[in-house]
Amino acid sequence: MEILMAIIIGVLFATATYLFLSKSILRIIVASGLLSHGAHLLILTMGGLKKGAVPLVNQEGIPVTDPLPQALILTAIVISFGVTALFLVLAYRAYQELETDNMDEMRGTEE
Amino acid sequence: MTNLIVLPILIPLLTAVILIFLAKSVRMQRAVSVLSALLNMIVSFTIVHEVSVNGIQKIDVGSWPAPFGITLVSDMLSALLVVTTTIVGLAVILYSFNSIGEKREKFYYYSIIQFQLVGVIGAFTTGDIFNLFVFFEVMLMASYVLLVLGGEKIQLRESLKYLTVNVISSALFVISVAFLYSVVGTLNMAQISERIASLDEFPGILTVIAVLFLIVFGMKGAIFPLYFWLPGSYYAPPVPVMALFGALLTKVGVYSIIRTFSLFFHQDQGYSYELLLILAVITVIVGVIGSIAYWDIKKIIIYNIITAIGVILYGVAMATTTSYTGSIFYLIHDMLIKAALFLLIGIIIKITGTSDLKQFSGLIKHYPGLAWTYFIAAISLAGIPPFSGFIGKLLVIQGGFQSVEWIGSMIILISSLLVLYSVMKIFIHGFWGEPKEYVRKEAISYQTLLIPVILIIAVSVFYGVATEVIHPYISQAVETIVNPEIYIEAVLKE
Repeated sequence: MEILMAIIIGVLFATATYLFLSKSILRIIVASGLLSHGAHLLILTMGGLKKGAVPLVNQEGIPVTDPLPQALILTAIVISFGVTALFLVLAYRAYQELETDNMDEMRGTEE
Repeated sequence: MTNLIVLPILIPLLTAVILIFLAKSVRMQRAVSVLSALLNMIVSFTIVHEVSVNGIQKIDVGSWPAPFGITLVSDMLSALLVVTTTIVGLAVILYSFNSIGEKREKFYYYSIIQFQLVGVIGAFTTGDIFNLFVFFEVMLMASYVLLVLGGEKIQLRESLKYLTVNVISSALFVISVAFLYSVVGTLNMAQISERIASLDEFPGILTVIAVLFLIVFGMKGAIFPLYFWLPGSYYAPPVPVMALFGALLTKVGVYSIIRTFSLFFHQDQGYSYELLLILAVITVIVGVIGSIAYWDIKKIIIYNIITAIGVILYGVAMATTTSYTGSIFYLIHDMLIKAALFLLIGIIIKITGTSDLKQFSGLIKHYPGLAWTYFIAAISLAGIPPFSGFIGKLLVIQGGFQSVEWIGSMIILISSLLVLYSVMKIFIHGFWGEPKEYVRKEAISYQTLLIPVILIIAVSVFYGVATEVIHPYISQAVETIVNPEIYIEAVLKE
């Protein structure tokens, strides 16, 4: 199961890298979404995918899955959600002001 | 008081929340932020005293014992960096009063500054690797907003690039933490260190993780070849923000490299330290090339950040007591002096209206106070003996020669000359010579802007002259870095 997940995460990373290198800002934002999906799945996978109950307190004493990676993912998800929201608004604003969404036209630092 | 070390995080956090409600009243905002910055400075000095008397301070947040909860740890290195951060924070807030403009102040400027300080101080104080990531994000999120606040074209453009780079490096950080967790099964830094030390031989996967961490923190800290985003991004924001970034943000990356390499990966002195050494030397070279190439005063100081990062990491890569002492001396000096230099060139730009060195000269005639303050800052940066940059660089180079790294040490010595040339170029071409006509038009009152700069310069001069007083603190910091057992002992055992 871990091997399958590793391959899927690899595909996500490859797609994200490809999209990061494109010209349009929206593609770059999609890339950042895919990259964070990949990273979150990786945390889940690296925590181990052994079978177990959901990590809720149970009377039967059934072994549960590792709760720590799930907490980490939840944290990482909201953080990347916040950053993505900012990124989208920034891209919208930059499109209004600079009148382009092409990263090639945003070269240089001099005004 | 057991909760003392959480206060430097809590005070700016509460201040930031209060400032949100005071958005429309600029005066109240200013008063509250200065009071909180002063209070925070006093508290962090108390922590330094506390750590120097009673050793490493730690809090298990929520009273969960060490490896299971989040632990905040304040050893001497973090305590000193927190003090420096609060000093820089205070100076930047004071400087903002007369330079940032009311439009920005009404849009939560001071609040975001405080959030930025929360992130930086939290990153210096945490003892948990994932918590470090969260504080990094707090710091970065605040820096995105500070960078774009105002919404000028150049800011929007550079923010997009800065955001893209940091989204990638944050994802890489998450990935590195995931790999590390799968190998050692814990997130507490002390326990990670303990578990790695208990392994019979250093496995290859940990070297891979070490290099991954080097890439992540190197991206935050702008080492070669990951510095490419810095010159553009730091060029865009207004001057006080630039000073805050230049003094604090990259240094958090450097601190994280020091922490992870000395605590986690110290058994593997072969590969990852060698890599760090080579990258540090190339970073110095790239930095000085940039700083002598430009005639734009902002660019000159920006490239000097990169040079300083290289010098600090060169000392870290030696991993001897001498070189670590030098690196930490230099790290604190550099935080102070970079803030001072950015604030100074801000004043120059305000007077001349341009950052192009070829368009003004003769400032010393009308602005002697500014000129001589700049002169002291410039020779401190280059490391002229009575001032603050000297002792750090001396020890770094001494450590280099002791480890028989002739080439790197010679390059750092030569780089000092070029750094001196790059900042003296500003002094000679900008301050000396015949005053050009627009300078005479009106003498802009710059004294209020100069006060916070003189505050930092005074601290830095004290830091350089009173090395005898500072040295015991630094050597206590180095003792913990060289012997990670002290850190593990303090965190995991009662």
